[in-house]
Amino acid sequence: MTYQSERDERAPGVVSVQGASYDTTEARPGRAFLARGTGRLTSKTWFVLVAGAILPILALTTWTLVSANDLVPSSRLPSPADVWFAGVDLAERGLLASDVAISVQRVLLGFGIGAALGLSVGAIVGLSRIGDILLSPSLAALRAVPSLAWVPLLILWFKIGEDSKVILIAIGAFFPVYTTVSAALRHVDRQLVEAGRAFGLGGPRLFATVQLPAVIPSVISGLRLALAQAWLFLVAAELIASSMGLGFRLVDSQNNGRIDRIFFVIILLAVLGKLSDSLVGLFERWIKRRWT
Amino acid sequence: MTTTAPRQNARDVSRAVSIDFDGVGRAFAPERGSGAARPVLRDIDLHVEPGEVVAILGTSGCGKSTLLRITAGLDAASAGRVRIDGSPVSGIDARTAVGFQEPRLLPWRTVHDNVALGLPRGTPRSEGAVRVEKLIDLVGLGEFAGHRPREISGGMAQRASLARALARNPGVLLLDEPFGALDALTRLKMQDLLLDILSAEPTTVLLVTHDVDEALQLADRVVLLARDEGGEPGATIAQLLTVPGARPRDRGSSELAELRASLLDGLGIDRHGDGRQPLASATAPRSL
Ligand SMILES: Nc1ncnc2c1ncn2[C@@H]1O[C@H](COP(=O)(O)OP(=O)(O)OP(=O)(O)O)[C@@H](O)[C@H]1O
Ligand SMILES: [Mg+2]
Repeated sequence: MTYQSERDERAPGVVSVQGASYDTTEARPGRAFLARGTGRLTSKTWFVLVAGAILPILALTTWTLVSANDLVPSSRLPSPADVWFAGVDLAERGLLASDVAISVQRVLLGFGIGAALGLSVGAIVGLSRIGDILLSPSLAALRAVPSLAWVPLLILWFKIGEDSKVILIAIGAFFPVYTTVSAALRHVDRQLVEAGRAFGLGGPRLFATVQLPAVIPSVISGLRLALAQAWLFLVAAELIASSMGLGFRLVDSQNNGRIDRIFFVIILLAVLGKLSDSLVGLFERWIKRRWT
Repeated sequence: MTTTAPRQNARDVSRAVSIDFDGVGRAFAPERGSGAARPVLRDIDLHVEPGEVVAILGTSGCGKSTLLRITAGLDAASAGRVRIDGSPVSGIDARTAVGFQEPRLLPWRTVHDNVALGLPRGTPRSEGAVRVEKLIDLVGLGEFAGHRPREISGGMAQRASLARALARNPGVLLLDEPFGALDALTRLKMQDLLLDILSAEPTTVLLVTHDVDEALQLADRVVLLARDEGGEPGATIAQLLTVPGARPRDRGSSELAELRASLLDGLGIDRHGDGRQPLASATAPRSL
């Protein structure tokens, strides 16, 4: 439906570019009007990068000035240099590498499992009426449980090992993917699906040819949400019960009064989160080239 | 090429198949809750010879698309049955191809790949690509093969949709107002093009149209669907005319003028201006 309206908007443009004779050799490919707007500043890569860096640079400068002039005691706000050296210190002790490694591993495992389950259950619910009727009420109820409420149960069942954390992260990653995929599949243009059926497609082939490409944008945005959730649940799980990882480092630093480390880990989490989101962004571009 | 041509011809001649409508009716369940089913079509009886072109005329909402969808196996008749080549239609039939009223192209595929969707399953890659390119050229979209549907106009999309249906090399070609979105000049060109294609690759065609002249130009026979005012609900065959003369026909011949008058009359259009409100203009298909 979205595609239909998009085309409707564009069609008059095409006609006016080409006049009435659009089936002759004079007809120009419709590329001309796609180039519209490239001259704008906001579409220049360098401008986007520089403009995006303005706020972080401002914050860093303010931070440096504030701590250099002792406006806030360093037990509350360490200087940027302190934070940097806290990071170097963690790295030298080998703690940084092991914390990041275990946290990333948990996020990837949990995200992978949760997203895969979310995709398959979302597909079942979105494609089959009976799947929808059977599953969606229960899943809606499960989603309504605040996810941290699972923690005590998971710890009782799986102890404080890796399983309990990975499962919690998987729960966090599952719902955004499930919700977006099932909703998007339900709203795939029926006329397109019918056209696919009319040309002999059915089952998995119909899914791969019509439904899946139609929901790819939603799947990707679901995956992005899920990844953010995965990091959220990682820190939650590690804060509550763990002996390794970035969340554990936060609690540990809090107990030892190492505010510089807390700052360092928070910044590290921001960087890791952004990095993984960008990776999904790359994946999005790749899949769009392939499929759309 | 030279070796495959005769074989293809042999297949083409035999591929056109007959269609039979045996008392076909369709009633739709009421929108909400209770109430009687709403009949749209009733008692359609028609035999279509292999290779025949039958045009279906009727006012908007009389059930033309519904009849086509039932023939394609996309919808099921609530009474009677449709047979293709003698065997009853149940579900999608590989021998039929549909050109929908809307282009229904996959937005993420190029025009070329959209047309390729129509190829019969199991067509060898290279043979398929050649056929698709040929059809795209035929419908005048050669330059736009690599474009996405949103980059072409509505009329071009409809031509791509026609090419997709033709790619199937069907025994029965079901066309739902294939030229509805085209300007008058392109429409005439496309009608001639369709005739060329049909003489090269004969097939049975059901062509839904709003345009009486289009029906008279393209069809061997014309079916007029209409409701009985004050009679039973649901549209049925009100007129069945055989169009004389071999195609392409002289668009201005007097014989056709008589048929045109009869059909316009059947569509409820008053040609003499004796005060009856005309339902719509038959020459402006979109407005019906
Ligand atoms: N799936 C459906 N459910 C309920 N009613 C339907 C359905 N499909 C069609 N109808 C009804 O059947 C009638 C005929 O529809 P149809 O699309 O066949 O008309 P048409 O003759 O093709 O009209 P047009 O020339 O405007 O395309 C309409 O009144 C429509 O509301
Ligand atoms: Mg219709």
